[in-house]
Amino acid sequence: MTASATSPSVSPLLSMRSVSKAFGGIPALSEASLEVAPGEVQALIGQNGAGKSTMIKILTGYIGRDKGEILFDGAPFEARSPQDAQNNGISTIYQEINLVPFRSVTENICLGRESRRYGLLDWQAMHEQARKLLARFKIDLDVRKPLLRFNTATQQMVAIARAIGFKAKLVIMDEPTSSLDEREVAVLFDVIRQLKAEGVSVVFVSHKLDELYAVCDRVTIMRDGRTVKTADMASIGKLELVASMLGRDIAQVAKSATAFGDRRGRIGDVVLTANSLAAGHKVHDVSFSVRRGEIAGFAGLLGAGRTETARLVFGADPLQSGALSLDGAAIHPREPIEAIKAGIGFSSEDRKLEGIVPEMSVAENLTLALMPQLARAGIVDDAKQRAIVEKFIQRLGVKCSGPDQKIRELSGGNQQKVLLARWLAMNPKLLILDEPTRGIDVGAKAEIQSLIKELADQGLAVLMISSELEEVLEGSDRVFVLREGRSVAEFSHAEATESAVMTAMAHGDSDLVAEGSAS
Amino acid sequence: MSQVQTQGPTAATRRIDALAAVMRYSTLGALVALLIFNVLFTRHFLAMQTLDVNLTQVAAIVIVGVGMTLVIATGGIDLSVGSLMAISGAIAPIIFLNKVFNIGEIHLAVAVAMIVAVLLAGAFGWFNGWLITRFRIQPIIATLVLFIAGRGIAQVMTNGNLQPFKLDAFQWIGLGRLFAITDVYRGLPIQVAIMIVLVVVAAWVLKRSLFGRQILAIGGNERAARLSGVPVAQVKRWVYCISGLCAGVAGLVVIAINSSSDANQVGLGMELDAIAAVAVGGTLLSGGRATITGTLIGALIIQLVRYTMLANGVPDDVAKLAKAALIVAAVWLQGQGRA
Repeated sequence: MTASATSPSVSPLLSMRSVSKAFGGIPALSEASLEVAPGEVQALIGQNGAGKSTMIKILTGYIGRDKGEILFDGAPFEARSPQDAQNNGISTIYQEINLVPFRSVTENICLGRESRRYGLLDWQAMHEQARKLLARFKIDLDVRKPLLRFNTATQQMVAIARAIGFKAKLVIMDEPTSSLDEREVAVLFDVIRQLKAEGVSVVFVSHKLDELYAVCDRVTIMRDGRTVKTADMASIGKLELVASMLGRDIAQVAKSATAFGDRRGRIGDVVLTANSLAAGHKVHDVSFSVRRGEIAGFAGLLGAGRTETARLVFGADPLQSGALSLDGAAIHPREPIEAIKAGIGFSSEDRKLEGIVPEMSVAENLTLALMPQLARAGIVDDAKQRAIVEKFIQRLGVKCSGPDQKIRELSGGNQQKVLLARWLAMNPKLLILDEPTRGIDVGAKAEIQSLIKELADQGLAVLMISSELEEVLEGSDRVFVLREGRSVAEFSHAEATESAVMTAMAHGDSDLVAEGSAS
Repeated sequence: MSQVQTQGPTAATRRIDALAAVMRYSTLGALVALLIFNVLFTRHFLAMQTLDVNLTQVAAIVIVGVGMTLVIATGGIDLSVGSLMAISGAIAPIIFLNKVFNIGEIHLAVAVAMIVAVLLAGAFGWFNGWLITRFRIQPIIATLVLFIAGRGIAQVMTNGNLQPFKLDAFQWIGLGRLFAITDVYRGLPIQVAIMIVLVVVAAWVLKRSLFGRQILAIGGNERAARLSGVPVAQVKRWVYCISGLCAGVAGLVVIAINSSSDANQVGLGMELDAIAAVAVGGTLLSGGRATITGTLIGALIIQLVRYTMLANGVPDDVAKLAKAALIVAAVWLQGQGRA
């Protein structure tokens, strides 16, 4: 049904064929392809690590490719630098747009391409140029005023106008809407339609599926560095889109009740209740609860607000509205230390950036959160520390030469075990695990998964976030689905089939399962 | 214990460790080499007098360097130490010379002067930490504020005047001696004793205390430290406060030696000397790994290189070049260690 999509009638503006790229021997792209017709808006989607960014970086000259060919505007093309790509008509708009708020609109637009006359800036010409460019997007404003006088939507437009300039034939938008409100998104979509009308092509990267259907003509789906599917937007359902991204065959998605039910009897009282949490652009209305001895899983696409919600519970980011209670008592953690004192542990999704302290030993990393309890009159009790560390090294099977080995020398899986131990040593009431098995080998992954189950069996309340749907479905007693910052569905372990959860991830509710079985 | 299997370090990490070891011992080795060179070629080097001169000159740098090491261990930097020395050096004579209010008993006046001077410098240090943590200003910028303004404050306090004095009760801190043995040993200069005590206490705190652990965790990975419940802001404020206190003590030592306080001169360029000592000593400038004894050795090396050259007739300006070369070499070694 997608055959029509793969062969556009006109010759494509951009054609990337069998492009491969490896970083340090690990492939980021293998034989990936992307084709964009003139005046077409093409969506590029995929999970984290699917290869979208690598693809874009190669195209825009940030990095080189190992293999494959790129044709742009009918000729072989290789951008040597982002500047080079821009000069050749490929513009990129990133999530964060850097402008100079105190300078005039003209200065912002002309920054780096100033007109000069007799060695001086030709302001007349530059104002004219700025006005003309903005007129193209139907914006009429006083270009002499400082940028900060205008509202954010207008500023955003100026940034986009600047990026596109006059010469762009292809505009790449990398999650352009992630920090925009609805009105600003609408303005952006107008721009995209305008570009399209002028014959400019757009590659649109976004995790918000509704947006893809609103503006895109076709979609290319990537997974594990490969292009897995290209289809007309009109001919592909949301569920199929999600299934392709996650690599699940929806036709074969059967209700797979795993042998997991024996724990349900041991689930106890509610430990954590979260009511209508909201903060920033990412979390709008999230409610959920976790009970003693239960593993609650968060499912959702990238950008659904799972990590952001977890950080709110832990006090790592400020909560704007909503209520939290732990063991029946209201809590308002403003800093992680307050959440820790209340009995919450949080293992971040980014082990390197927010987990390990690489210069420190296994022992020091393991006891980082526990340290205040190990100190008497400010002095760390080494004997006590050693006893605890050795206990956890043995209990979790951490492979290291001893407590004094530097943690950076350990494998990812063993580092993760140490970080788990960091929280287990605290004996928390609630443990939040954000991507506990990301980036570790298969063996260690299975070990950590069974360890988490064991901990729940012993009465720990666990909130688990994973981008691997399988991990969430198999490991969780209850699954909460988040979509665009809202909790949209809740499933028991038995109800949480792939099709039901994926439907909720895609549509926000679960009454459209029929679509899944139909396609 | 069957589960605790040995995982041999990879070739890469072994190389890093080897380099780290080279780095650690190369500073000590450099110091020993310098000593041997001097014993062989510099006349009268083995005299007590020489040891005295060198230790006396290095004491202020090491005292400031101790605070600086802690600051750098958190991944920060403190440019204000020289100016804080000037403030401490300006306020103390004002008090013990009874310029503001009359304290009859001279020992009491000196004690009040010392305590107020050191605490004032510490308070300014706390202000640095407050700027850095409250407004998330980069340390180099935040401490630049007092680097510039601090000397101005000292000059305003003294109306820009030189404050000469001759007061043994106070100058004891710069000129006094301990454990003198008649006809054999003039005694350990007080400032050197202060230096040794500070080095020992700080080295112990960094290694064994909760506070030291927290400092290194912040320098090693601030985000991980915060998510593990380390009170990042509080620890940083204390660290900058301690750096200020150390600068305050050093300021007193310097004016005591000089018998006068000149707000224009006290502690001039000290921030760079202290940072150089820390760098040469092997503390990671990006934070997370620090050695107080390294800073002591680093300061001694810099001092000894300068002394060696001066004693052998090399002009002071050329000696500065040698100091610069030392710093480059130390930083290069660090880069190798982390590669």
